Amino acid sequence: MDALIPPLLNGTALGALLLLAALGLTLTFGQMGVINMAHGEFIMAGAFIAYLTQLVVTSVNMSILLALPLAFLGAGLLGLLLEVGIIQWMYRRPLDTLLVTVGVSLILQQVALQIFPAQGVPVESPDWLDGQINVFGYGWPLRQAFTILLATLCLIALAAWLKYTSFGRRIRATVQNRDLAETSGIRTRTIDRLTFFVGSGLAGVAGVAASLIGGTNSQMGTQYIIPAFLVVVAGGIGQIKGTVIAALAFGIALSYFADWTTGSMAQVLAFVMLVIFLQFRPQGLFTVRTRGLT
Amino acid sequence: MTMTKLKPWLPLIGIAVFAILLLVVAPAVLSMHWINNLGKYACWAIAAVGIGLAWGRGGMLVLGQGVFFGLGAYAMAMHLTLESAGPDSLPVFMILYDPSGGLPAFWEPFRSDAFTIFAIIALPVIVASVLGFALFKRRIKGAYFAILSQALAVALAVLISSTIRETGGDTGLSDFTYFFGFVLNDDANKIMIYMIAAALLIVCLLVVWQLNRSRFGELLIATRDAEERVRFLGYDPANIKLVAYVVAAVMASIAGAMFVPIVGIITPAEIGASASILMIAGVALGGRASLFGPALGAMAIGWGQSSLGSSWPSGWIYILGLVFILVTLFLPMGLSSLLEKAKNLIWRPRAKPADSAPPAESAAVLDEVKK
Repeated sequence: MDALIPPLLNGTALGALLLLAALGLTLTFGQMGVINMAHGEFIMAGAFIAYLTQLVVTSVNMSILLALPLAFLGAGLLGLLLEVGIIQWMYRRPLDTLLVTVGVSLILQQVALQIFPAQGVPVESPDWLDGQINVFGYGWPLRQAFTILLATLCLIALAAWLKYTSFGRRIRATVQNRDLAETSGIRTRTIDRLTFFVGSGLAGVAGVAASLIGGTNSQMGTQYIIPAFLVVVAGGIGQIKGTVIAALAFGIALSYFADWTTGSMAQVLAFVMLVIFLQFRPQGLFTVRTRGLT
Repeated sequence: MTMTKLKPWLPLIGIAVFAILLLVVAPAVLSMHWINNLGKYACWAIAAVGIGLAWGRGGMLVLGQGVFFGLGAYAMAMHLTLESAGPDSLPVFMILYDPSGGLPAFWEPFRSDAFTIFAIIALPVIVASVLGFALFKRRIKGAYFAILSQALAVALAVLISSTIRETGGDTGLSDFTYFFGFVLNDDANKIMIYMIAAALLIVCLLVVWQLNRSRFGELLIATRDAEERVRFLGYDPANIKLVAYVVAAVMASIAGAMFVPIVGIITPAEIGASASILMIAGVALGGRASLFGPALGAMAIGWGQSSLGSSWPSGWIYILGLVFILVTLFLPMGLSSLLEKAKNLIWRPRAKPADSAPPAESAAVLDEVKK
């Protein structure tokens, strides 16, 4: 039991964190085709917002709850700024959005490095997250359970928002057929901005969760961005259910591999597994079938 | 001789001028310090020439060339470490870490000069072929390919930094004394190593020039611009892309191999995500589809990295970030497209109607914009 349960639980929590990081990408990458390499720095922004909130609201128990909406707003605004300032000129040039946002991510990292100490800042976790749950004799940190809860809530909220609200319907309409959506009176430009705002905001929420689990520093975004993109690639473009399965599978696989070998070997193995997986499903787990040639 | 007859040979003349500058003029006028620096920039330029082929001509955004740079660099560094340690003895860092353990098995063949040179070519060919075959045959391209290639670079860098006993970990491999029998700490030998790197850069430029004007080069551009049409014409785009990717990988590996004796150290930081992105920056700045753009751009970025990067590190990162943003927004085909535009402005009014067809370069820009 010792060899089976802990990696499963840790892996699920890691998967939940990856899911939080990747959910925003399913919107910006999946729905809009923008490869936002600065997404990792939006995660970083969320983590720093958690730290700043903690400086202002000294009650740790309260500050983390307050930090969640603030991080969503802060990272969302950063994303909106990016969309309005740069991305809006580059739709239909996906590879170029990648290059542009690489530049943005370098600049954001440097800005963070100049504002905050290089070794990072401590984000304290609230008392109600300090405990452990006993699962078959393994003391599972509550923080990990919190990450899973947070990811689940965000997932449900996002899915419901896309499915049942008029904004969600307009987003889906714009993605499926931009011209027709425009003809039907949908302001596609506004929808683009809104989608980007929400996608980036989710990165901020991921950042708060990340600040509780790992370190908060200017480089933290770089460790999430590639796994998050890999999750979206494996899950299939624009498919939330694919992202969920891929994130959990990725997190759990990484955790077991790390348990059997080493943490670094696990990354190599996970990469090899992904390439093998893509041999069978080159478009990811779930795909939207089209007859168009790509 | 009119300009028209000269035109096909202009790149070759350019390469010749470049060769004279690098191989004759530079050693004569530059100090040892700058010779060494120029050698380092030449290494990045070699990798960049390959990226120009794969990305500029083939449309594959190779975000993880650090992998191949690293394979070549570590192959060379392992050989130099063993050579410096002397026959039958362990490298110093291994003794420090765990004197009782033996030499890891994969180090053993790198005692041989011939095997090392063979590995510098063969390792990238194997890795690039396997990955390229797996991805291109399944028609994985564009952003997917870019992200996967970067993930591989990250994985290799993480793997190396975590295996301290086997590869030196984060501190990397350094303190080499010999280079294939030559003492490294000798100015004459340093100039010789610089000359090898510069000559290899010229060779790579010649190879890419020849590939570009061959039928393969035409097919590569066709694959970049309309992969489906190439497939309908009966070619397999996967094979065409694979060749370009493997050639680019070998060039990156050669670059890494020469980087080691010139710089004297290789660490995982030189091969990970940010190093790979730095290689892309130079190519984007210089102009990815042109012959000289990638090499010159990489040298410019290399100069910035080693001079501004140490004297004004924060400012350098901002400049680098702005290079990415401004070049992509306003000059997708890099500085060399400016040259092309200027040339058109000067020459077009005088040119005969037959000559005034837009050159391939600007046609590519048009295609890029249309996408």
